[in-house]
Amino acid sequence: MKITRNLAVAAIALMTAMNAAHAAKTGVTIGLQLEPPHLDPTSAAAGAIDQVLYSNVFEGLTRFGPDGSVGPGLAESWKISADGCIYTFTLREGVTFHDGSTLDAGDVVFSLDRARAEDSTNAQKALFENIDKVEAKGDTTVKITLKKPQGDFLFNLAWGDAVIVAPESIEDIKNNPVGTGAFTFGNWAKGDKITLVRNDDYWGDAAKLESATFKFISEPTAAFAAMMAEDIDAFYSFPAPENLASFEADPRFTVLSGSTEGETILSINNKQEPFDNLLVRRAVSHAIDRSAIIDGAMFGYGTPIGTHFAPHHPDYVDLTNFSNYDPEKAKALLKEAGLEDGFKTTLKLPPPSYARRGGEIIAAQLREVGIETEISNLEWAQWLEQVFRGKDFGLSIVSHTEPMDIGIYARPEYYFQYDNADFQQMIKDLSTESDPKKRSTALKKAQMTIARDAVNGYLFQLALTSVVNAKLKGIWENAPTQALDLTAVSWED
Amino acid sequence: MNRNLTLGIALTAVFIIGALVSLFWTPFDVTKLAISQKMQTPSAIHWFGTDHFGRDIFSMIMVGAQTSIAVALVAVGIGMGFGVPLGLTAAARKGSLLDEVIMRGNDVVFAFPSLLIAILITAIFGPSALNAIIAIGIFNIPVFARLTRGAALSLWTQDYILSARVSGKSAARISVEHILPNVTNLLIVQGTIQFSLGILAEAALSYVGLGAQPPTPSWGRMLADSQTLISLAPHMALFPGFAILLTVLGLNLAGDGLRDMLDPRLRRAGR
Repeated sequence: MKITRNLAVAAIALMTAMNAAHAAKTGVTIGLQLEPPHLDPTSAAAGAIDQVLYSNVFEGLTRFGPDGSVGPGLAESWKISADGCIYTFTLREGVTFHDGSTLDAGDVVFSLDRARAEDSTNAQKALFENIDKVEAKGDTTVKITLKKPQGDFLFNLAWGDAVIVAPESIEDIKNNPVGTGAFTFGNWAKGDKITLVRNDDYWGDAAKLESATFKFISEPTAAFAAMMAEDIDAFYSFPAPENLASFEADPRFTVLSGSTEGETILSINNKQEPFDNLLVRRAVSHAIDRSAIIDGAMFGYGTPIGTHFAPHHPDYVDLTNFSNYDPEKAKALLKEAGLEDGFKTTLKLPPPSYARRGGEIIAAQLREVGIETEISNLEWAQWLEQVFRGKDFGLSIVSHTEPMDIGIYARPEYYFQYDNADFQQMIKDLSTESDPKKRSTALKKAQMTIARDAVNGYLFQLALTSVVNAKLKGIWENAPTQALDLTAVSWED
Repeated sequence: MNRNLTLGIALTAVFIIGALVSLFWTPFDVTKLAISQKMQTPSAIHWFGTDHFGRDIFSMIMVGAQTSIAVALVAVGIGMGFGVPLGLTAAARKGSLLDEVIMRGNDVVFAFPSLLIAILITAIFGPSALNAIIAIGIFNIPVFARLTRGAALSLWTQDYILSARVSGKSAARISVEHILPNVTNLLIVQGTIQFSLGILAEAALSYVGLGAQPPTPSWGRMLADSQTLISLAPHMALFPGFAILLTVLGLNLAGDGLRDMLDPRLRRAGR
């Protein structure tokens, strides 16, 4: 008898608990495909580090907003000298790191000096190349002197690689990151999840969520199942575009389709025969049917591009017509190049589905004009070894996800090996140009140059498709940088 | 002929004929993509429907049969080609150092998880149908070597072998002229079984992306491609799955039937 009553009490208690949990959800679980290798955003390129930590745990002097604009972060305001070489930042008062130490100008000097030091392992050292010196003027004023005027300096400081760290906690940053953000680092169960907890001493508006868990699920099928079972509340950058239709049809979920900085290109080895011939590269560009690739590989998610530039950028020029799908023209160009019988080349594909599926489609399209490709599917490590470092490839497909990365075309040693002195000069001039109008003109000219030279086959801008619980509000739709800012995310009642 | 054998041979024949026909003709070209017709369900035009690139699945299964059969056949050939002579040699030199070396070597190969070695081989030499053949072939060697040695050992004690030895025939000649013909039945049966395992192994390797590379259709890769689409287009997984199932079933039935037919001792002793 007693047992029965106890059971009943337990059952009621359980039900109440479940109801309570249902009524007030204060945490969020977010699925990510890749797990960070460690937790120091200032010493690795891995996007997963920034996705977990950017703005949540670490902040920089300036920061990206959801629309990609750059605004004040830890720096409340700044002044730029007339010659554009001296930036004076005023830091916010009363900002503390999660370990209790106060943020002062010294921390900024330490962070930036550490990032640009000779032995620094920062993945984006180029961001800081132009800095001549960083000085602390009092507790809350930092003076940065540049070697020459730089138009995008504030933009550079907003990157995850430029966040402010403290000398007190730098030792163990890879396992126990201590920043100034709205969340403190909680726990990392390696191979499974990372937990963040709300920072109640945050200088700005406190986060609405009490905690956030990032769960790492690499398998698309498992991601689909976890989402459907509501084990996770959102999956950032859902890896299987084919499943998005099922989510869209389900009222429990919202599918966010935003833009990313990921230009997906058919990389061409510009130094390898016969691709060293412009005619051949142009033939390739006309042999590609972008809409079939977007439809077949991405299930319709993606924006066609005609050059290496993000379509949502104000200076973007739509050059897709310049390399429109025209197999007859492609054949004619090949004939002009003396290759009317076609040729054989290699197509080396990294693991993401855009590459594997896109590769099969492109191989079929190239076959139509007489170009035979031998496909090899590679793992990332092999791809980096053979294609990116070894430059042993004819064609490859990859998405370049860094923002504003047209500068890679000015690096002749970069894996697609485009070597054009005029273009290199253009980028060099651009880096010192701070007049917005002239920058815009120069950027447009740069886009047209690489399109005219058909350096690579420009396919589409990767869409950022995230699946989110319909009641969860405030997840960024676009990805101006690798970030998953949770400070404004909340549950709708 | 018993019922198993008939059914097994019939099933196997369907796929072999399909593969042979696909050399000359398929309903649709499997290298041509038609994205606009992707993931159609089975219809009068596309009997098995189309895949995520709009290719005809029926045609792909026909061509895929070619891949599977070719890979498995050559792999079994490698296994027999190396395994049988090794087994014969080991039996002829029973108890010698050579016998030990051969058989322990085989044990080593046998002890390794086959898929792991296949992944190792393809990781070093790059994924391709040829490397898949080599990987599967290597694992067939100990199977045939052991089988041959075991059967040959019992033959070596027979009187007619003794008389062959007395008449001055060399061990090699005896192995080839007297032992080999007497183990052929066993080899045929084992070959059929290994053939079906080879088809499975090829499917497994292609499934993880280490077998035949696109655009060559392969059953295993068709399955892998369908994996994330299973809720949208289940037919993409069903048909290659059935193809693998039925071929393997057919070969196993044929193998069983052949054993019953060729080795009546087994039937009497075993069941």
